[in-house]
Amino acid sequence: MENLNLVLPEIFISLSIMFLLVLGVFKKNSSKITFNLSLFTILIAAIITINETFSVSRETLFNESVVIDSMSSLMKIITLIGGFLVLVISSTYLKTFKIYNIEYPVLILSSILGMMVMISSNDLIVFYMGLELQSLALYVLATYNRDQLKSSEAGLKYFVLSALSSGLLLYGCSLVYGFSGSTNFDIISNQLNSNEYVLTFGIVFILVGLAFKISAVPFHMWAPDVYEGSPTTVTLFFTIVPKIAALTVFIRFLYVPFQNLIDQWQMIIIFLSIASMVFGAVAAIGQTNIKRLIAYSSIGHIGYTLAGLATASNEGIQSSIIYISIYVVMNLALFSCLLMLRRKDQYYEDIEDLSGLSKNHPLLSLCLLVILFSLAGIPPLAGFFAKFYVFKAVLEQSMFFLAIVGLLSTVIAAFYYLRIIKIIYFDKEKDKYDTDHSLWLKFSLTVSTILILLYFIFPSQLIEVVSRINIIS
Amino acid sequence: MNFPILSSLILLPTVGALFLFFTKDKEGNNSTAKYVALFTTIVNFLISIYLWIYFDQSTSSFQFVEDRTWIEGFINYKVGVDGISILFIILTTFITPLCIISVNNSIKNRLRDFLIAILIMESFMIGVFCALDLVVFYLFFEAGLIPMFLIIGIWGGPKRVYSAFKFFLYTLLGSVLMLVAIISIYWITGTTDVVQLYELGIDAKYQNLLWLAFFSSFAVKTPMWPVHTWLPDAHVEAPTAGSVLLAAILLKMAGYGFIRFSLGLFPVASEVFTPLIYTLSVIAIIFTSFIALMQEDMKKLIAYSSVAHMGFVTLGIFTLQQQGIEGSIIQMISHGLVSAALFLCVGVVYDRMHSRMINSYGGIVTIIPKYSILFMLFTLAALGLPGTSGFIGEFLILMGAFKDNFLVAVIASLGVILGAAYMLWLYKRVVFGKLNNEDLKKMFDLNRSEYLILSCLAVPTLFFGFYPDPLINTIEVSVTDLINMHNTNIASK
Repeated sequence: MENLNLVLPEIFISLSIMFLLVLGVFKKNSSKITFNLSLFTILIAAIITINETFSVSRETLFNESVVIDSMSSLMKIITLIGGFLVLVISSTYLKTFKIYNIEYPVLILSSILGMMVMISSNDLIVFYMGLELQSLALYVLATYNRDQLKSSEAGLKYFVLSALSSGLLLYGCSLVYGFSGSTNFDIISNQLNSNEYVLTFGIVFILVGLAFKISAVPFHMWAPDVYEGSPTTVTLFFTIVPKIAALTVFIRFLYVPFQNLIDQWQMIIIFLSIASMVFGAVAAIGQTNIKRLIAYSSIGHIGYTLAGLATASNEGIQSSIIYISIYVVMNLALFSCLLMLRRKDQYYEDIEDLSGLSKNHPLLSLCLLVILFSLAGIPPLAGFFAKFYVFKAVLEQSMFFLAIVGLLSTVIAAFYYLRIIKIIYFDKEKDKYDTDHSLWLKFSLTVSTILILLYFIFPSQLIEVVSRINIIS
Repeated sequence: MNFPILSSLILLPTVGALFLFFTKDKEGNNSTAKYVALFTTIVNFLISIYLWIYFDQSTSSFQFVEDRTWIEGFINYKVGVDGISILFIILTTFITPLCIISVNNSIKNRLRDFLIAILIMESFMIGVFCALDLVVFYLFFEAGLIPMFLIIGIWGGPKRVYSAFKFFLYTLLGSVLMLVAIISIYWITGTTDVVQLYELGIDAKYQNLLWLAFFSSFAVKTPMWPVHTWLPDAHVEAPTAGSVLLAAILLKMAGYGFIRFSLGLFPVASEVFTPLIYTLSVIAIIFTSFIALMQEDMKKLIAYSSVAHMGFVTLGIFTLQQQGIEGSIIQMISHGLVSAALFLCVGVVYDRMHSRMINSYGGIVTIIPKYSILFMLFTLAALGLPGTSGFIGEFLILMGAFKDNFLVAVIASLGVILGAAYMLWLYKRVVFGKLNNEDLKKMFDLNRSEYLILSCLAVPTLFFGFYPDPLINTIEVSVTDLINMHNTNIASK
């Protein structure tokens, strides 16, 4: 009998989703209770994950198609915490737009479930199942504000392009299956060591599909439009949670099934990384909408995470995971600020709306200052350390070109972060924004800003947790 | 000694800033905040004086060292001082309270925030001079950009945004290459601890590239020709206190970095690139002196003179002679005092007339005599008149240069003449001559706080001009040791 405790979080979330759907059908005006129950579910799932799987070094389940190891449990915990915080700070925004319905938490839960399956997958079919579950939930979430044209457009765009990339991914999987004769990652890894061209096609298709999911250049086109059009809370969800899952799968694919084919994929990853870093920095300069700007900035940040992956070393993988963890905190903080730009039931999302914010809202501006300098990677803030670890791993593999291009693009990126700071601090002030924010919003902003600001005092803790992840043996 | 005196030096201003942060921001009269900041910085100054008294001048090893694990098995938080760095720490703690006194007249809005920025800046600057680990050094070095960017951008003049951006991006661009070099050093030697690196040495084949990477950062910060263009902009737009910090301390970080890291870590490369430094320094001395002659704006003129003076400093450092390096350090200290005083002098008349243009003044000697006397003193110190600290520095640098390279020394000496020319001409046009502008008659002489600040700066300028022994004694052993270490390294490679 298999040890089902290891997948208890997933089972628990699935049961909750079904229960919540039933509850929504039979009980009227059940939005509030659904929200609270979903939060409760995520919390319980996180606790179970920590309890049951955190100490597991590596176990497989269901005919080796699901793997529980230190990477999967850490990433699941980050996913769950991210999902919890997104859900908890969404309510005011959703109420403002009158879309505070039961579907929202259920969709978030299902996409989280999909991501957890992805994170744990050790099999092409399980992986694809998880991917589709999360994608389908995300399509609907993107169009969630269905009365707005932009939101519907965002959802449709995302659906069409994402479906295309899933198709490519599936085609790649079938080619890899054709060569290895199995869908299991471990077996594939043992079978694949040939230099066949067709196999390279398979790898390329899979990487393209994955690059699309994490919006790496040149497969990033959907991100700015979708980020801009979706409701802000959904954008927040998009920028952090699916990236964690997709990154985990990326790591898993590169270092388990394709571990003997490093020569074939390393150039591709380096290209994706450099292109994302440079493009993310340059394209963000001209933006006027904060959400679009965040889209480009997150493309840049994905470039840095990929730089860690390109190293083909455990340090590199660990540095990528540290990077994405710090990135999650920074984005959470940034969006908390964005959700505070509210005046009489209207949300503001242009950079110009931040003008002179420091005169009327000194504390909020100070938080933004810390967050933006951290995103730019200026020491002693957390963002600097994230980049520092990545470049340390990159330089240890003597990849000087990648490191120098990456660091130069941080200088370009610094320009557009500085531009926002300039608008906040140096420009003329506008009207005051409302200050009656929900407690959770204030909480998430305060905690994440303090984490960013004071990370430098205790940098070892995060490294310690991540250093248990050794994919390459 | 177990008490972490250096860490308390670094942390105390930040604690003061935190304290200010939690006080209420009142518009208008905000003297409480000022007194808190002043108190913090004066206590810090006293601690640094205590440090100097208990500093053992007979050894070149690092003192008051603190070594704590910071990132497991990778970086230690290590700070300590030797004869070279202690003077810069005292300069920092000395200049900062004066800056805070000077904000009285120049900063009209958001005084509390300004003081917080200055205090945090002080923490970072002291950190730079204490750090004995490359990563810790880089952290402080870069972190200083944030408060300075805000000081220029929020409280600066009309073109402040452009200047703040230029300052930030120039410096950042230089520094990222240094970060690559620091990580590479870790990769090559397995440590970023400066003391260990001094002992281990770095393989000669890597040194040239690493040296260039460090150079790119320090050259921008010094600033050396041709990457000096951010400095005049930043100086002109920054508020007086910002200009003072920038000229007196920020520029010294690079000079200090050249001595501590470029010379100490890369002896072979330093020899190789000496001609490059000589060329750039000489160009800086001559070229920017000529530019300074042409300036209409007083602050810009002093900014260009800073570039020229820092040219002397880099020249002196790379002579690799005892006199040259000692001269550079004294020149940096002296320039810290004198340029701070000159910017404050400009600030004094700017607060009254709201003009920095030279041609809007003239003949003010009869209206504000006290000011004119002090301004005269600092003008003479800036051009290196014997009896002022400026003379000692320039003289020692040129002496070192003559020992090493005659031609370079001769050209650099011409720079001294040009320096006298632009400073005296500035003084003549501002203070003497006919009183053409009627508005000038309304000017009042130095008030109490201005008088206090300028006298505080005048005393050490004159004192060290006549009696530089305390400075030289402090740095002598460390510099001798640095040169010995350099020579043994060269001999063994």
